[in-house]
Amino acid sequence: MEYFIQQLINGLTLGSIYGLIAIGYTMVYGIIGMINFAHGDIFMLGGFAGLIVYLLIMTVFGGAPIAVALLCMLIVAMVTTSLWNWSIERVAYRPLRGSFRLAPLITAIGVSIALSNFIQVTQGPRNKPIPQMVNSVYTIQGISISLKQIVIVVITVALLAAFWYIVEKTPLGRAQRATEQDRKMAALLGIDVDRTISITFVMGAALAAVAGTMFLMYYGVIVFTDGFVPGVKAFTAAVLGGIGSLPGAVIGGLLIGLIESLWSAYFTIAYKDVATFAILAFVLIFKPSGLLGRPEVEKV
Amino acid sequence: MTAETLLKVEGVETFYGNIRALAGVDVEVKKGEIVSLIGANGAGKSTLMMTICGSPQARVGTVTFDGQDITRMPTHEIARLRIAQSPEGRRIFPRMTVYENLQMGASLDNQKFFNEDVEKMFALFPRLKERQFQRGGTLSGGEQQMLAIARALMARPKLLMLDEPSLGLAPLVSKQIFAAIKLLNETQGLTVFLVEQNAFAALKLSHRAYVLVNGSITMSGSGAELLANPEVRAAYLEGGAH
Ligand SMILES: Nc1ncnc2c1ncn2[C@@H]1O[C@H](COP(=O)(O)OP(=O)(O)OP(=O)(O)O)[C@@H](O)[C@H]1O
Ligand SMILES: [Mg+2]
Repeated sequence: MEYFIQQLINGLTLGSIYGLIAIGYTMVYGIIGMINFAHGDIFMLGGFAGLIVYLLIMTVFGGAPIAVALLCMLIVAMVTTSLWNWSIERVAYRPLRGSFRLAPLITAIGVSIALSNFIQVTQGPRNKPIPQMVNSVYTIQGISISLKQIVIVVITVALLAAFWYIVEKTPLGRAQRATEQDRKMAALLGIDVDRTISITFVMGAALAAVAGTMFLMYYGVIVFTDGFVPGVKAFTAAVLGGIGSLPGAVIGGLLIGLIESLWSAYFTIAYKDVATFAILAFVLIFKPSGLLGRPEVEKV
Repeated sequence: MTAETLLKVEGVETFYGNIRALAGVDVEVKKGEIVSLIGANGAGKSTLMMTICGSPQARVGTVTFDGQDITRMPTHEIARLRIAQSPEGRRIFPRMTVYENLQMGASLDNQKFFNEDVEKMFALFPRLKERQFQRGGTLSGGEQQMLAIARALMARPKLLMLDEPSLGLAPLVSKQIFAAIKLLNETQGLTVFLVEQNAFAALKLSHRAYVLVNGSITMSGSGAELLANPEVRAAYLEGGAH
């Protein structure tokens, strides 16, 4: 039983990270109907931004309290990664809007390759380790929870709350939902649709950057290929939850995290990714609209 | 009417791909007027409405609003000049509540006059008040029509464009809507450009009207003139007055 609960906790931590990435996939899909295959690399970029900030703090400023360091890493990662994603949308996706459906998809794959190669060239191809930042572990009745896990879950919950508030309660969120539901009508009401789409890319990137920084902190290592597997898992999460649905992305992320850690615990860890991708295949075959999605088959 | 021109459409041609939907249209709407546009299905009425809003843009000709050339302006900037449209098909945001749809209408002023204006809309369409927390997509066709008009009015427009406002409405409700348009026009000087299938009601309401046939204006005149015109009667009023 303790072992099971332990795996649940690990799964939720992992699931938080996937959920944050999945939101970026689902939002972009919702608003322009495009699967942004470069989103995983945006996540990886966020992790590297966090790493660089950490190293700067350690070498140039000679260290800082953990909370301050982490905050700096998160903020800088969010800002730089958002700028990247904003520029990518402007340069690579916007000119293709209105062309045939596969064009932006293929471009996104190209951007994905370009980003991971860019990091490989500028940061090197090897694993980049980071020392344990927070290493306290609490043990309650045989179940251990690390401070890292608590930090990850708390930050995720706080971000999701803020994000939910923006989308549901602010004029910006309303403009995003309107653009998603009827772009032409939104424009007729004075909404700058291009700007709204840009902001969506910025928001998705900011969440992915936080996920990247927390991934770095959780595993203590990052490498230029790390955009791929977590990216595809988060995409699976988005599809499982119902692509286009924001609560679906969060629930899908948590489920994928849980499945991954439970599978690793009770079956063989070598096949944990296979388990995840088998889910993707099953969902696509049997319930392409996902758990909370709308059955809009023609969009896929 | 000696009022100044609010909207001027000159020699406008609009294409869908290679198909020419408007073949050189000239239309003028003066401040404080109600002008209607009648024509058969596929004549290009909705296309003209959307071309004025820049979606699609005219390939040839110019659209001038309040002395400003808006032919090549992006749609959202045209909307910000206070041209509001209740478009064909109503285009209610289906997964937003009635209330949120109205908030979308008030985007231009950042909701500054929202509370005041929404009460006016609820007075005009009490039905919307009852349904305010219902999702737009689940409203009946007539309710959606009321919402589309109310949403356009929430923008405090200088020019209100209505594409078939009486479509799908019970005769009594469409009468109410025409009465409301007339009232807004008389009390607040609201300028209205109207497309209607119900040509009789539209011509009765309008100061002036245009007849559009296959993408060209073939006739224009005062509402009363066109009502009396035998050609118009034969083509658009056959079947009698409603
Ligand atoms: N998006 C489009 N793509 C191609 N052709 C279009 C498009 N929209 C309209 N058309 C064509 O342009 C012409 C004018 O259409 P429009 O919708 O303006 O007519 P309308 O006068 O509003 O008709 P109705 O009374 O049926 O609403 C029609 O022949 C129509 O088939
Ligand atoms: Mg029409």
